[in-house]
Amino acid sequence: MRTVQRLRPYLYVLPLVALLAFVYGYPLVRIFEFSFKMVRGIDGPWIGLRNYRLILSQDVFWESVLHNVQLLLAIPAMIAISLLVSILLYERVPGWKLYRIIVFVPFILAVPIIAVVMKRMFQFSGPVNEVLRWLSLDFMALDWIGSSDVALWTVMILIIWRESALGIILFLARLLSLDEAVIEAARLDGVSWLQRVRYVIIPQMRGVIEFYAVVSVITILSAVFAYVFVVGGGRGGPGTATMVIEFYIFNALIRTSLPGIAAAASVLLFLVSVALIYPLFRARKHLAEDEGRS
Amino acid sequence: MKNFSAGSVLKQAVLFLAAVMALIPTAFMIMTSLKSDEEYALDKLGLPSNPVIENFRAVLADSPFLGWMANSALLVTGSVAVSIVVSCLAAYAIATMSFRGRDGIFFTSTVLMAVPPIVMIVPLFVLYTRLGLISTFPGAMIIYAGLITPFSVYLLTTFFRTVPRELLEAARMDGAGPLMILLKVVLPLSLPPLLTLVVVNSLYVWNDLLIAIIFLQDDAKRTLMAGISVFQGRYNNQVPLTMAGMVIASAPMFILYIVFQKHFIRGLMAGAVK
Repeated sequence: MRTVQRLRPYLYVLPLVALLAFVYGYPLVRIFEFSFKMVRGIDGPWIGLRNYRLILSQDVFWESVLHNVQLLLAIPAMIAISLLVSILLYERVPGWKLYRIIVFVPFILAVPIIAVVMKRMFQFSGPVNEVLRWLSLDFMALDWIGSSDVALWTVMILIIWRESALGIILFLARLLSLDEAVIEAARLDGVSWLQRVRYVIIPQMRGVIEFYAVVSVITILSAVFAYVFVVGGGRGGPGTATMVIEFYIFNALIRTSLPGIAAAASVLLFLVSVALIYPLFRARKHLAEDEGRS
Repeated sequence: MKNFSAGSVLKQAVLFLAAVMALIPTAFMIMTSLKSDEEYALDKLGLPSNPVIENFRAVLADSPFLGWMANSALLVTGSVAVSIVVSCLAAYAIATMSFRGRDGIFFTSTVLMAVPPIVMIVPLFVLYTRLGLISTFPGAMIIYAGLITPFSVYLLTTFFRTVPRELLEAARMDGAGPLMILLKVVLPLSLPPLLTLVVVNSLYVWNDLLIAIIFLQDDAKRTLMAGISVFQGRYNNQVPLTMAGMVIASAPMFILYIVFQKHFIRGLMAGAVK
């Protein structure tokens, strides 16, 4: 009976341990192993660092990394948009409840759906360019999808458009938990709107802004596959213009059947995500502290 | 309150603009789906002058949209059910029992939330190829269930810890075993986090493209998201037809959003910030 008592907790956590060992544990051990092997089919000989050397000498790998880094430029824009809209909603501009429902719509739509719709809107002969020409902004009517200079910026526009919706809702939730008295006092003191935002509201949002920034960095470095897959026509195209690290791994694994190369790239991405764990947990802690205080 | 100063007009204008931007793609999608190819060629922006439902009929007749949706629904149901059972059992033990390794298990599970899914794909793909599990629903379900479980364990453990100890103690005095206490005392108190989890996890599985496209390659096993990604390439020039497909594909989420707005927002937020 006592043995049963002692073993019982383990029976409860056993399914969890088994599931995580299979879906996370096994792959995380294996990517390291594969990354040092020339895998053909299911296994292959050890080849030391050759996979890494090959990857690091490949232009397309560095191009993919650079594209992920370039997409990080979306984050300041996302934060600015989210701040502006959430503060206006918080000030109960007439109709704010309806606006709140509407501005969240981008986040309701699945990424592949958005990407398909936007791809048609941004086609060279599509409605976006028609509007731009109508506004006599012909120089802005670019080949948004088909030009390799522009396609990645189009992906960025999509990311900003969708991910800002999350920022707005996160920021608004934080604002609604603030102590109104402080903000009201500033209003009565005759402080201008900009000053109030700059010196009273934003300082109190530091925790949530930091948190959103870290979450967005993780998203952009490791979860933009669906955007790129659809916009880039399933090939990261045009050419390699919208290749990102995830797509590099996908290509190495599925298109060229080189699991060793794909595993080495996975290891590098894994190390990046490990480096981001600490900032993520620190930001989450700050956010929890902020919320505990107000 | 009603002062129409320049400032308040400007604020209203900014919000109005934001709302328009948020709605344009949806509006474009719906309006275009009701146009004929000829009308779209002439007028890409206006309201459909002569709405047709031909595109919807054509999409449903030519493409297995309903089959894709059924596949997605099956995957969602299976993986979310497995994950909820596994998470409830583990979170209950972690929150209410003391045993060696407890903190280690909880810490490991929580940290795994930060590992991107693409990292796990290579070995699983190689293993599945060998085992003949590519393009099987159980194979994909296990992967999805695994990917959504760390967050579920985290959320449920945090919640279960807030259930008053006296309640558990009282049930034990009445002779209830641990499993009984979980089913009859803890879970009935945990409906809000359970509902949040169902929303978050269902959305993750329903919306995912990466796992679906790699692990369910057989045409008959395509999920909705994989299906539309493939479908859109085939009808590159028939924009109204494509948009009709997108309207059908996004309809379930829109309906759920309108009906369960609060839970939906809370669920999405919880999922995005894990």
